[in-house]
Amino acid sequence: MTTAQAALVKPRRRRSWTGWQFVGPFMAVFTLVFLAPIAYSIYISLFKTRLIGGTSFVGLENYQQALTDPNFWDGLGRVAIFLLVQVPIMLGIALVAALAIDSGRLHGANFFRIAIFLPYAVPAVVAAIMWGFMYGNQFGLVGNINEAFGINIPAPLGPDWILTSIGNIVTWEFVGYNMLIFYSALRVIPNSLYEAAEIDGAGQFRIIRSIKLPAIRGALVIATIFSIIGSFQLFTEPSILQKLAPNAITTFFTPNYYAYSLSFNGQQYNYSATIAIIMGLVTMIIAYVIQLRGMRKGS
Amino acid sequence: MMYTSRRNLLRLAGAAAFATVALSACGNDDDAPAGETVTADDVTKALTDGGELLIWSWDTTIKPTADAFMAKYPKVKISVVNAGTNADQYVALQNALQAGKGVPDLAHIEYYALSQFALQKQVANIAGFGATALKDKFAPGPWNGVTPNGGVFGLPLDSGPMVLYYNKEVFDKHSIAVPETWEQYYEAAKKLRAADPNVYIASDSGDAGTTTSMIWQAGGKPYTVSGEKDVTINFADAGAQKYTTLWQKMIDEKLLSSISGWTDEWFQALGNGTLATLVVGAWMPSNLVSGSPNGAGKWRVAKMPQWEAGGNASAENGGSAMSVMEASTRKALAYGFLDYLTNGEGVKTRIDNGAFPATTADLNSPEFQGKEFPYFGGQKINELFAASSAAVVPGWQYLPFQVYANSIFKDTAGQAYITPTKLADGLKAWQDASIKYGNEQGFTAK
Repeated sequence: MTTAQAALVKPRRRRSWTGWQFVGPFMAVFTLVFLAPIAYSIYISLFKTRLIGGTSFVGLENYQQALTDPNFWDGLGRVAIFLLVQVPIMLGIALVAALAIDSGRLHGANFFRIAIFLPYAVPAVVAAIMWGFMYGNQFGLVGNINEAFGINIPAPLGPDWILTSIGNIVTWEFVGYNMLIFYSALRVIPNSLYEAAEIDGAGQFRIIRSIKLPAIRGALVIATIFSIIGSFQLFTEPSILQKLAPNAITTFFTPNYYAYSLSFNGQQYNYSATIAIIMGLVTMIIAYVIQLRGMRKGS
Repeated sequence: MMYTSRRNLLRLAGAAAFATVALSACGNDDDAPAGETVTADDVTKALTDGGELLIWSWDTTIKPTADAFMAKYPKVKISVVNAGTNADQYVALQNALQAGKGVPDLAHIEYYALSQFALQKQVANIAGFGATALKDKFAPGPWNGVTPNGGVFGLPLDSGPMVLYYNKEVFDKHSIAVPETWEQYYEAAKKLRAADPNVYIASDSGDAGTTTSMIWQAGGKPYTVSGEKDVTINFADAGAQKYTTLWQKMIDEKLLSSISGWTDEWFQALGNGTLATLVVGAWMPSNLVSGSPNGAGKWRVAKMPQWEAGGNASAENGGSAMSVMEASTRKALAYGFLDYLTNGEGVKTRIDNGAFPATTADLNSPEFQGKEFPYFGGQKINELFAASSAAVVPGWQYLPFQVYANSIFKDTAGQAYITPTKLADGLKAWQDASIKYGNEQGFTAK
């Protein structure tokens, strides 16, 4: 590449290792902690270990099995629905909050910023347990409300509502984080643009539509990609809540939880690695498509 | 620590294995691997020479027993590590075995999980260590649990014959007789709900261990394992049907509370009369004493409800063995402690610390049976436990991959508790999923 071009210009130049010396430490760590585990996962996904018969090389059989595995598709479908519903709601709320705080018309803007961001500082495990207790319709908050008002709120931990309940937890956790990304993007918009808009007689909504939103498109795309990755990796909340909602959350509730169950309950390490790799690919492709689309519109 | 150990017991509720697989099934000679031979002299020598032993167990009675043992054999150094409770520990054990490092010399393994470790030759066959001669020292159920495929893959640590625990105060208050049959149990459940809408006869949100133990008592034999590879699963036999018919009614008529077992709410509900009965193994008393102190004096023990009036059938619920790991380099020494722990002086230490033994001499001793329990209003509950131990229905087998099968119970049979799926259909789905896994793992399952 650049070396090749350089070689054309100065054919006699000796190869310099200086660059590699700078990049080397990074490359070494990158290889060790990133590339090697992936390579190893791919390697073990090509084998199959059975309780009887031991380990044998099976080529792509595990991948074939995964693509026709109803449990895998069930889990993937669930996170896809989650992604389509929860991510827009979460980003929408975060955007509104960021615009409100940025508008300068809010009293105690700093307080709101901190308050909205605070749930992000709560570890996901703690958040899931906390919400789990509130969701309980026997002894939890929902149970108390039912009792106090003599009503019957549908069980949040029941099979019909569990995904919505998890969506609520995740939204609560990450609105603040996304809000902060949007807010910091809004802060770097030059003031002169607002002044110009004012001179032209633009209202607040016009400013949002024509100045603020286009200016933070990059941040929106980044937040969307993070959220997509987060949705596909959904694991902590279901794995914590499954103790409180034992039957509603199955072992294949999300693809990640499925990979975990396969590996730790069934010793199906090979198949588990296969599921993980397929999920990695799916996530990569979707995130890449979003990035391409987002960036193209931006330019 | 204590709390987790209780939780485990509960979970495993399904546990104790009556693998009658039996010697008869092992006609072909490649079935029972011989294992190595260690003589009594080797063991004695190992004990005097001393050495270090690593034990994995979540049972809190092991530590005091090990201390007493070390006082007797000062050159032996034993470390007891709690590597997690039941399934969690099996995961850790599998990981250590996979890695080939950090494997303990002795590991605590429940009966339902033992055949899986035995099958993969991860636990040592101690038949050649003199263990075969110990057969008559243990109750038949636990002994069958440690002898899958004709070898001896551990020695019984405890057992869990099932009984009915009931809150006498609740039954007296509503003038309801303590059920002796399952039909009466169902009627009592309805009466309790009618008398006080806050009271349930029991809680059940679907548990593999409880379900298999209930089917066991009903005479069902859903699992048949012959040799090392042939597995048959059938949840439609007469015994299983008895259970599903009754339990479907209990679910449909909302007679069961959905409070999850081993949670704080559960212990509270057991203490304050919200849950009136508990059908579990003989290991429960110490958990009630510590978990539901306000139930003291109210609870009693009775024979497990019967499927036929006047019957006398019981099942095992939980229970575990201690096994010498194949990877251990000090097997003779490990066996020396195992012997002491399970049928030597150690049993006394463990009973004093609250364990429920598997040795017939202790189960039948007047001292053990005559002990009065203040929590149970001075009732001699051990008498009932020993009677239940003797009435366990023979012939039960667990799968050689029961740990995995139990983990997917909620995906299949568990759905019957929260969706319109029928319990019988849920069990069929569990059966199908288990068969599928069995075949993938190289068994011939059907």
